[in-house]
Amino acid sequence: MINMKNKSIDFWILTGTLSLFALVNLLFFLLGRLSFSWEGIGTMIAAGLTLAIYSFLYKDNPTFKVVENLYVGVALGYTVIITWFNALKPDLYDPLLVPLFTGKHAQYLLLVPMFLGIFMLLRFTRRLVWLSRLTFAFVIGLGAGVTIPNYIHTFILKQLEPSMRPVFYGGETLLPSINTLLILLGVISVLIYFFFSVEHKGPVGWLSRIGIWFLMISFGASFGYTVMGRMSLLIGRVIFLMRDWLGVIQ
Amino acid sequence: MTFQYFVPHPYSKAFLELMTRWDRIIAGFAVFIGVYSLFHLHWTRIRRKAAGWGYSIFVFLGAFITIAFGLYNGGEAFWHDKKEGTMFDWLFLYIQVPAGATIFSILAFFMASAAYRTFRARTVESTVLLLAAIIVMLGRVPVGALISQYIPLAADWIMGVPNMAAKRGILLGVSLGAIATSIKIILGVERQYLGGGD
Amino acid sequence: MQRLLNIDRRIIFAAVGLAVIASLIIKFSLPVPASPPVQRIYDKIESLPVGAHLLISFDYDPSSKEELQPMALALLHHSFRKGLKVIGMTHNPSGTGLAEQAMNSVASLYQKKYKEDYVFLGYKPGGASLIMNMGEDIHTAFLKDFYGNDTTMLPALEGVESLKDIDYLIDLAAGVTIETWIAFGKEKYQFEMGAGCTAVIGPDMYPYLDSRQINGLMAGLKGAAEYETLAECKAQAFKGMLPQSVTHCLVVLFVLFGNVVFFISGGFRSKRRQSR
Repeated sequence: MINMKNKSIDFWILTGTLSLFALVNLLFFLLGRLSFSWEGIGTMIAAGLTLAIYSFLYKDNPTFKVVENLYVGVALGYTVIITWFNALKPDLYDPLLVPLFTGKHAQYLLLVPMFLGIFMLLRFTRRLVWLSRLTFAFVIGLGAGVTIPNYIHTFILKQLEPSMRPVFYGGETLLPSINTLLILLGVISVLIYFFFSVEHKGPVGWLSRIGIWFLMISFGASFGYTVMGRMSLLIGRVIFLMRDWLGVIQ
Repeated sequence: MTFQYFVPHPYSKAFLELMTRWDRIIAGFAVFIGVYSLFHLHWTRIRRKAAGWGYSIFVFLGAFITIAFGLYNGGEAFWHDKKEGTMFDWLFLYIQVPAGATIFSILAFFMASAAYRTFRARTVESTVLLLAAIIVMLGRVPVGALISQYIPLAADWIMGVPNMAAKRGILLGVSLGAIATSIKIILGVERQYLGGGD
Repeated sequence: MQRLLNIDRRIIFAAVGLAVIASLIIKFSLPVPASPPVQRIYDKIESLPVGAHLLISFDYDPSSKEELQPMALALLHHSFRKGLKVIGMTHNPSGTGLAEQAMNSVASLYQKKYKEDYVFLGYKPGGASLIMNMGEDIHTAFLKDFYGNDTTMLPALEGVESLKDIDYLIDLAAGVTIETWIAFGKEKYQFEMGAGCTAVIGPDMYPYLDSRQINGLMAGLKGAAEYETLAECKAQAFKGMLPQSVTHCLVVLFVLFGNVVFFISGGFRSKRRQSR
């Protein structure tokens, strides 16, 4: 009985919201706030989609799910088309396939990545899946090869360098020296915390406990920044609704 | 490619240029693996009439319309250069942009709710986490300086000293892991990427 | 007391929503002083001569647009006003539309011409490979720009053969591209680099800031607001700082109130007993 009543309330909330949305937009079009153009219609649709997604905050509903799935579809379609126009067309179609079929000088060397690319897609077949291994061997091998020297230089040596700064340069205040020591302690203790080959007992245990403290502070900072980021996204959407659609703020 | 790094000869550099060019062309095909996987997932849902299968139709609808307008390219067809201001661009600006931006902004509400309901100072460690979060949240917005001039300074210190040290520790650990995996791949110890396991 | 902890979460949602709406309506602005990492990016751009090449990598998509698009717009305002040649590109296919919109809209305000004063190279997949390809030869990495023009014929790219010829690079990132740019671009081809990122990944960037692998950092909408203030083009990010402050205070109050109620209601004691 209660469920029926809730459904009825939800139906009226949905109908009421949709009617209000239609009425507001009709008024905006009549008053000239929204122009009868693709831009005006676009703003109306964008506002509608924004509100439809926020309807999830009341409860999960079909409007939200429709928009969510539509978004996935459009994003997918956009990626495919942009990949064609920005990558495959200028890198393969124009320099290789067009000259090949028009009798002009083609860059034949591009046949190699083209076939390796096609082989990759054969991963979904049963009989030719072995060909995709050639591509994966090339891509992963290349990745591994360039990772080793570049990572050692960038993320190991260059990161160790500032951790081993001299504590006293001479003439500075005490605080930077303490900070330098704290950074060194933090880096070592966090590394020890993640080092599971040695039992965390005695001095190692103490250091790993200090590592937990450093990690907790950094997780707290990350939480604070995550709140900041999510709120910024919300603020941006509310600004869109209030400025671009409703026009109540400048 | 590892040895190439140490050989700055023009031939070596030309080899790197060629290999990276091939690699990024192959990466263009990889996009279609992702597309196939997603289509396959939603097609299976529709075929099996799984719960909420009707919504999966909208994935195909959105993708079909966007791809169709993309290929139509404002009347110039897809083998010509991309035209500006077409219906394809409109779909991006007025459907993908607002929907994408809004979906992720919903998390703002859930974070506020989680802050109220589950963020508890139960242990010393969680109290440290909570205090760091509060100082950073206040210190990173203009109002923090209005409450006390020390709050932004404390936030700066947290970010630049303990947070930086912990993040550097994690970075060193992750990088060493990536290097070790790369060596295992080159030596043939790690072969899972080829499929079928070891 | 327990009932207070179990209130309908929609009340909390409504409080957050109302806080944002109310603080946007109120005509009151807070001072946004620039932090040193943001100031360094501004100073670097300020120090570049007219005609210097600035590469902006728009590595984000609509899901982080509200944080990074204001940053991109502020940077473009400053760069075009300074007379820099701006080169745009992206590692994210969904970043193309946003980058194109940002570059064209700001360029038109300063009467900047496409091809001569700025170019948009568009999207290419490949990540690290793309960066190394650009490091060896930018014209084979991008044979054509976003609009299909031959990149060897673009006046804005005159004097730019590879990443080594870039005077300054800024990566606006929502993912791991800053790390990729540092490892396979900045360190390998030796150019100066700054970064802007979403607040979520902001704390992870501090090791690079400390090691000077990036000379400056703009994190989140606050970073964008600081840059807007410095570049004297206050817009959306600056406007967002009051609601940002209010919502942060609200979340802090939620945390404090939730904990106080939890302690008073004896939740702390019962948990400890359980753990014993």
